Amino acid sequence: MQRIQQDLNRFRRIVRGQIKKNLRKYMSQGEMIGRQGKRAVSIPLPQIDLPRFRYGPKQSGGVGQGDGEVGDAIGKGDPQEGSGEAGKDPGQHIIEVDITLEELAEILGEELELPNIEPKGQKNIVAEKAKYSGIRRVGPDSLRHFKRTYKEALRRQVSSGLYDPKNPVIIPIRDDIRYRSWTETPLPQSNAIIIYMMDVSGSMGNEQKELVRHTAFWIETWLRSQYKQIEICYIVHDAAAKEVDKETFYHLREGGGTRISSAYNLCNKIIEERYPPAEWNIYPFHFSDGDNWGNGDTQICTKLLANEIIPKSNLFCYGQVRSLYGSGNFFHDLKNNFENEDGLAMYEITKRDEILDAIKEFLGRGR
Amino acid sequence: MKRTDLSPELQAAWDEIDGYAKGFGLDYFPIIYKVLDYKTLYEIAALGGFPIRYPHWRFGMEYDQLSKGYTYGLSVIYEMVINTDPSYAYLLEGNEMVTQKMVMAHVTAHVDFFKHNMWFAYTNRKMLDEMANHATRIQRLINRYGYEMIEDFIDVCLSLDNLIDYHAPYIKRPEARTEVPLSSPLTEERAVEGLKVDRDYMRHYINPPEYLAQQRQKQIEEKQKARNFPENPQKDILLFLLNYAPLEPWQHTILEIIRDEAYYYAPQGMTKIMNEGWASYWHSRIMTEKALNDSEVISFADHHAGVVATSPGRLNPYKLGLELLRDIEDRWNKGKFGKEYEECEDIQAKRNWNKNLGLGQEKLFEVRKLYNDVTFIDEFLTPEFAADQKLFSFDYNDRNDLYEIASREFKMIKEKLLFQLTNFGQPYICVENGNYGNRAELYLKHRYEGVDLKYDYVRDTMRNLHTIWTRPVHLETIIDDAPYILSYDGNELTKQKL
Repeated sequence: MQRIQQDLNRFRRIVRGQIKKNLRKYMSQGEMIGRQGKRAVSIPLPQIDLPRFRYGPKQSGGVGQGDGEVGDAIGKGDPQEGSGEAGKDPGQHIIEVDITLEELAEILGEELELPNIEPKGQKNIVAEKAKYSGIRRVGPDSLRHFKRTYKEALRRQVSSGLYDPKNPVIIPIRDDIRYRSWTETPLPQSNAIIIYMMDVSGSMGNEQKELVRHTAFWIETWLRSQYKQIEICYIVHDAAAKEVDKETFYHLREGGGTRISSAYNLCNKIIEERYPPAEWNIYPFHFSDGDNWGNGDTQICTKLLANEIIPKSNLFCYGQVRSLYGSGNFFHDLKNNFENEDGLAMYEITKRDEILDAIKEFLGRGR
Repeated sequence: MKRTDLSPELQAAWDEIDGYAKGFGLDYFPIIYKVLDYKTLYEIAALGGFPIRYPHWRFGMEYDQLSKGYTYGLSVIYEMVINTDPSYAYLLEGNEMVTQKMVMAHVTAHVDFFKHNMWFAYTNRKMLDEMANHATRIQRLINRYGYEMIEDFIDVCLSLDNLIDYHAPYIKRPEARTEVPLSSPLTEERAVEGLKVDRDYMRHYINPPEYLAQQRQKQIEEKQKARNFPENPQKDILLFLLNYAPLEPWQHTILEIIRDEAYYYAPQGMTKIMNEGWASYWHSRIMTEKALNDSEVISFADHHAGVVATSPGRLNPYKLGLELLRDIEDRWNKGKFGKEYEECEDIQAKRNWNKNLGLGQEKLFEVRKLYNDVTFIDEFLTPEFAADQKLFSFDYNDRNDLYEIASREFKMIKEKLLFQLTNFGQPYICVENGNYGNRAELYLKHRYEGVDLKYDYVRDTMRNLHTIWTRPVHLETIIDDAPYILSYDGNELTKQKL
């Protein structure tokens, strides 16, 4: 092991501690979302810097070199200082630390005390896993089985009288060589589908959508750590619902009224057609400001939930975000109808700080 | 164990470079090269050039950042050399030969600089051993007191490690406390009698009343001073803490180690521009005049261009140092210095000035011996040079959160540059009083130079100071043009207008 590994591990532990401590802040500011790569997120961590008496950056300015007129901009505010030369002086910049999504999920789980999810049933999608268990006569040299090859040679030499116990030389020939071979064993794997539904009617503004986006990021981070594979569907609705891609989901804005049942209908249809509940762990999430078109539609919704969606899903989550026009009644309607329903979690998110609590409510049930 | 010494090809290249460098008059400690794979090289870089250091997370952080830079192809460390005798230099395994040659040439000049520049004269040339000793001592403390406890205290010390006196080895400063014998005249009440008088009638003449009064006043002042502690402001705050803070022996050990290492690295910070300029000057000359094969020219030019590349927001010390040295060489070759040249008003004549003195080389070697970055810039930066190099000063504009070019005026540029370099670009802070309010509180004073301290850092640093001093800590500074005393009493930072 390298000498530095010890220091590196220690550093990683400190980073973890910092993230844990500031989890609520990170969750509310969504700083991580923009920095998400395929497998890791990069997190700015000013707290880890060693404090020293030093100058504030803004008054000091500096000297540079190159073309340009007086008044020309040469760089943006903060990150300017000390950028470039990586790590020359630890006191020079906010440190960006990469952390894998698995690790982040682990921290999230530990901090929020999220229970691991028990996947539904065993009849999930089946994946092939290769296992080296057999022997065959052909194969690549890298898989040559030394012992078996010599055994074969010995057997051949003994039976053909070529073996001399006084001079026990064994020379394998082409036919003696044996190779390891693999068989593919089917392994059950649990997969999950997230179906996001969002109200895009006029009353849902940018701030509300941001709330949804942050919440969704953390939901995905957690569920990804629980399932081998995750698929995600996006449904937007106002008075009518349609399935869209991720980009559209977060940016589309429609006018008009709201008929939540349209989304639930579509959700149900997608489950029926593409994700048989026997094989999939299903997580529908619905976000809205709670304004629905009349009592009649709400009744259709509760019926759909009770008879179709909730029985098919692991968990149905409803997040109500407060909009400019206040919060609607849908939250209370659901609450009255599903008081003791384990398969339904709901939370009213009024400000960003509460994302953490919403996540805890949604995912704290281990379903 | 992998071989780390030079391969026969590299050894041949080194023999060649060594010959050229000595031929040019460079004079350096013996250099021991180690050829390392990138992991080991980056590990050593993270450890500040020394293979054995005490365990600390910041080395891990450095390593994380450096190796990330390497993995993403953002930055490459070609070379590293440490100031010891013999000197150790590290080469990156698998670099092409021309790169290795360039690095070797670069390294010879660095070591020449370490050996001859006066600011390095008092550095410990056996630092390799010293660092290893530090590591052992700290490891022993860890075994005894536990990792967390030692690490926390190292963090505290590191956060204060810029509170040293960068010029301490060269200047005799007034002591914090002069030794006073127990029964000294100062401690006793003593009537002022004036000068000795043999003849009584002369008394009034020799000791006039004004003189006696003056003497009495002086005595009172001296007594006052003796009561002040320290008697004079102390710049080496770490030393002051070592001497007077109520430290446990193990804390004393750690603080002393951190201070030692800070002093070891200080001259390198004070001569960054010169040192890199000097090394770049020589690798450029050795390579282009002697060592370069036809087939290597393009590769060399590419690397060299990378070394001296500039970007608007950042001054490249390699570039600035190199160009300034070349400028000095040119000026002293042509005699562009002295009263006559300075006072010449004719721009054309000044530009074409040439007395064929040929003093350039001699001057360069003198400069590398006697100057540090501050004196170097102060003395040799000329308006012509600043214009040629397109230097400018920039300021922060808070209306649009951008840094903007503020001026191309020579005076502004020089002022800014010197400000950045003076005291290592660190605020100048002294211990004024170690017994403030007669309550054993620590009173520091920030010598304000136009820029406020970073406030959140001040708070955390004062908390660390308090950890060591254990009594309340005060800092006099200026915030938004008004003088304040910041006080930390162990619980919170309070701010009081003076």
